[in-house]
Amino acid sequence: MEQRKRPLSPHLQVYRLPLTAVVSITHRMTGVLLSAGLMLFVISLAVIQCGASSFQAMQSLLQQPLMGIALWLMVYALFFHLCHGVRHLFWDAGEGYEKPLMNYYILLELFVSLALTFISFLFVQLGS
Amino acid sequence: MVEFTLPKNSVVKQGKHFAVANGATRVKRVEVYRWDPETDENPRIDSYDIDLDQCGEMVLDIILKIKDEIDSSLAFRRSCREGVCGSCSMNVNGKNILVCIKAIADYKGTIKIFPLPHMDVVKDLVADMTHFYAQYASIKPWIATQTPPPADRERLQSVEKRKQLDGLYECVLCACCSASCPSYWWNSEKYLGPAVLLQAHRWLSDSRDEHTGERLDDLQDPFKLYRCHTIMNCTDTCPKGLNPAKAIAEIKKMLLVREGG
Repeated sequence: MEQRKRPLSPHLQVYRLPLTAVVSITHRMTGVLLSAGLMLFVISLAVIQCGASSFQAMQSLLQQPLMGIALWLMVYALFFHLCHGVRHLFWDAGEGYEKPLMNYYILLELFVSLALTFISFLFVQLGS
Repeated sequence: MVEFTLPKNSVVKQGKHFAVANGATRVKRVEVYRWDPETDENPRIDSYDIDLDQCGEMVLDIILKIKDEIDSSLAFRRSCREGVCGSCSMNVNGKNILVCIKAIADYKGTIKIFPLPHMDVVKDLVADMTHFYAQYASIKPWIATQTPPPADRERLQSVEKRKQLDGLYECVLCACCSASCPSYWWNSEKYLGPAVLLQAHRWLSDSRDEHTGERLDDLQDPFKLYRCHTIMNCTDTCPKGLNPAKAIAEIKKMLLVREGG
């Protein structure tokens, strides 16, 4: 009898990803987001240098509350990506693999990235 | 290749329900992945109500009870029932474990039992391990030497050198870690996966082995080793408490040191 094609067992459908895996995929997503954001940043600079009227148009666009939130999310994405990137450096050096400390390091990453975002926020508020 | 969804023939359907006889007070709902190669049907989830007063303490005891008393057609692997043979690896409530050393009491609510993730299913909970074992063979898991052994004794190892194998030799090749790794799911045809790389590190670390250079040559490959992205599912899931992610990092370091970095 010809054998039937074997099914593939469920994977993402059933696997409960641990925090480390969630952070890992978030690192990738923020990386893609930051690359796309960099393009938008360059485009916005190109628009601004066209003259006073395009500067004003860009200014009123960026002063929308939603745009403000989006910009701060970008800043957070940058710091999160940075913090997890630093963690990858430690990993590449063969450090930071202790099983009981795994989630502790994640909390540290999240705390530092939030703190850096907050410090930037204060910096901008003081400057303006 | 990255594929987030299951192929058409693998989509899981709802199956039958087996109720418990009246009078049971401690009842546990258990869902089990079923696939029969002799029918044309897709895989299905059968659910069973298990009387815990008439069942052993471990998750394996539930599976044995189903096979013995409810549905003898259920297929699964088991042997030692003490976590040293590595046969009964399965995905239970989202994590890969050896069901013989996992207590039922560790789970609140329904217990959901699936075969190891992203593997070809032979029948029910039996995954096809052919490719996994072939990858294991590919790292030559035996001592390779150039020098002749001492004439009057075995090749001896100091206590310190022997200690370098701790955390590596305990691996029972259950494949829980490899089947938990998204990178292995998408690239298993080329990436060796955490279990086999931990074994590779075991032979690289053995003071009696004289083929370290050749072993590193074999591993210096963009796919075999470097598809590890430190997702850490392997270390998270290992039922023996080992650390495959660290073993992989150690191999990467050995390659770097060899380059003079």
